[in-house]
Amino acid sequence: MASVQFASATRLYPGTHEPAVSHLDLEIHDGELMVLVGPSGSGKSTALRMLAGLEPLDEGAVFIGDRDVSGVRPRDRDIAMVFQNYALYPQLTVAENMGFALKQHKVPKEERTARVREVARVLALEPFLDRKPKNLSGGQRQRVAMGRAIVRKPQVYLMDEPLSNLDAKLRVQTRAELAELQARLAVTTVYVTHDQVEAMTMGHRVAVLRDGLLQQCDTPHALYHEPANLFVAGFIGSPAMNLFACASGQPVKIGDCALDIDTATMSSLASFSGDRILVGFRPEAVRVGEGPLAAHIRTVEDLGAEAFVHVAFDHEGETAFAVSKMPAPFKGQTGDEIDVGLTGTVHVFDPVGPRIATGTAGFAPSG
Amino acid sequence: MARLAGAQRGVGERRSVNAVLGVVAWLTALVFFFPVFWMILSSFKEEQDANTSPKLLFSPTFDRYSDVTGTSSGLLSFREAFSNSFWVVIVSTVVVLLLAIPAAYALAIRPVPKWRDVLFFFISTKFLPVVAAILPLWILARNFDLLNTRLVLMILYTGMNLPLAVWMLWSFFREIPRELIEAAELDGAGLRGQLASVILPIALPGLAATALLCVIFAWNEYFYAVQLNPANGSTIPIWVTTNISTRGNFLAKLSAASVLACVPVVLAGWLAQKRMIRGLSMGAIK
Repeated sequence: MASVQFASATRLYPGTHEPAVSHLDLEIHDGELMVLVGPSGSGKSTALRMLAGLEPLDEGAVFIGDRDVSGVRPRDRDIAMVFQNYALYPQLTVAENMGFALKQHKVPKEERTARVREVARVLALEPFLDRKPKNLSGGQRQRVAMGRAIVRKPQVYLMDEPLSNLDAKLRVQTRAELAELQARLAVTTVYVTHDQVEAMTMGHRVAVLRDGLLQQCDTPHALYHEPANLFVAGFIGSPAMNLFACASGQPVKIGDCALDIDTATMSSLASFSGDRILVGFRPEAVRVGEGPLAAHIRTVEDLGAEAFVHVAFDHEGETAFAVSKMPAPFKGQTGDEIDVGLTGTVHVFDPVGPRIATGTAGFAPSG
Repeated sequence: MARLAGAQRGVGERRSVNAVLGVVAWLTALVFFFPVFWMILSSFKEEQDANTSPKLLFSPTFDRYSDVTGTSSGLLSFREAFSNSFWVVIVSTVVVLLLAIPAAYALAIRPVPKWRDVLFFFISTKFLPVVAAILPLWILARNFDLLNTRLVLMILYTGMNLPLAVWMLWSFFREIPRELIEAAELDGAGLRGQLASVILPIALPGLAATALLCVIFAWNEYFYAVQLNPANGSTIPIWVTTNISTRGNFLAKLSAASVLACVPVVLAGWLAQKRMIRGLSMGAIK
């Protein structure tokens, strides 16, 4: 087990001008499950491959423990990786797949067999040890890929979207199992995904990347409640945060209604020099059926336990859209004219990105 | 089950059209197969029967086979030609594979700079007509004392088949999922480990197809052999032509010799058939 550190790590693919990963500084603690998340092209997989040694660094360094591994061959880094498509050796049995790395490292046969059996037992793969990968289901293959990594007892696990080929139900189940397994083994793990729900549910900390740049690295709670910038605010959370462009002058108005914002936030806002701001409310802060904003319902997504209600209202002469997370049962339906209120945590952003402040807000009592 | 028995008809296809196409396909196949059938038939005939007007009913005999495989002093024997061909084909094919595998690896899996140009260079060596190169080759062979030796054919057949083998293996290696090689790399396998444990087992059908084509081309090669090895080290194709005589009938004997010349290749093809068909299609689909 070891910590991992990216120090200004940069990767520029030949023939491109924008680095795939640019000056990444990230420290992953010993035993931590760090999730790298971002949309496609954000550089999360490249960062993982740099740590694996499958991509060279153009600048900066990568450390595993105290050792600078930037120039070390992949096989000498003492890491194990789980690939998105599992990359199981098709001609080898499950047992041979899991024991392949041990064989390459000249581990004696008895020990190899014992370790493979032990891991197979943990992953409930014992009945399949003699099968070839093509005779396994997707979930079983995924477990073999995990087993192949676990059996090595490496310093770091690298996982590149290991659940994305599973169906939704199996993914949720495996997600929990994987998090539990990681906690039990306590091996430093770097996990790449494009799925923010996976990132939020599994990561001890989550690093959000965009266009090769680290946007924010923090606990899931902090990412949700204190997003560093507009991108993180929009990327983390489902449905996404509602954002309204407003004039920065006081009072801040949404539609025709003035927002009552707490004083600390107001003083941060007072020192902001731009004339436009973006005001963000999470869907749970949007109340449908109570409030001063006249709106109509665009659509209702009833999920059983809760309902996502999409509403539209006039804001600064244009139609603004918002989504609300309401407890079920929700009575309204598409087309209904309804009142909407905004109350709870508010995030204020500079339109070019950074967050100015987070506080609480609601509509001032009408009158 | 009834549906599975015949070829499946696609949606909107008419049975009558399919039937006509089927008949055309069978006729084409028969046209192609007929000369081979006639050759085999003739090889079991007496010379007079083979040379007279087509005759389907005759008493079959193995005499032509004993004629052509018998030895007579001063003439190239079947045994000698077969042994020459065997060694030339085996050695050249093994050397081709030993050279082509690393070359294809370098071009497909860890592309060297300008790999496209390199690949083109390989195939460009086939542009030159063999006949245009035969004189320099003959002079070189003479200067190195290689005329009428098996070695000269081993070298030439290696050179002749190498570009093709590199191209074929390159296309097969390219199909191997990149992650598998990376997984092997992370699992601690060096270059040899990757080749032996991952790349070659997966590319085995392709490897079989490549080897088979090299065997066929080397076995059937005639031009180099007749120019460079007319006296010693002659191969099967040359032996076949020794059965053409200027006096008397030779059609049945020639047929018997041709059948014998075909047997090893057909046998090799039949043995490799399963792997080869998978191999040939492996590069095509994607």
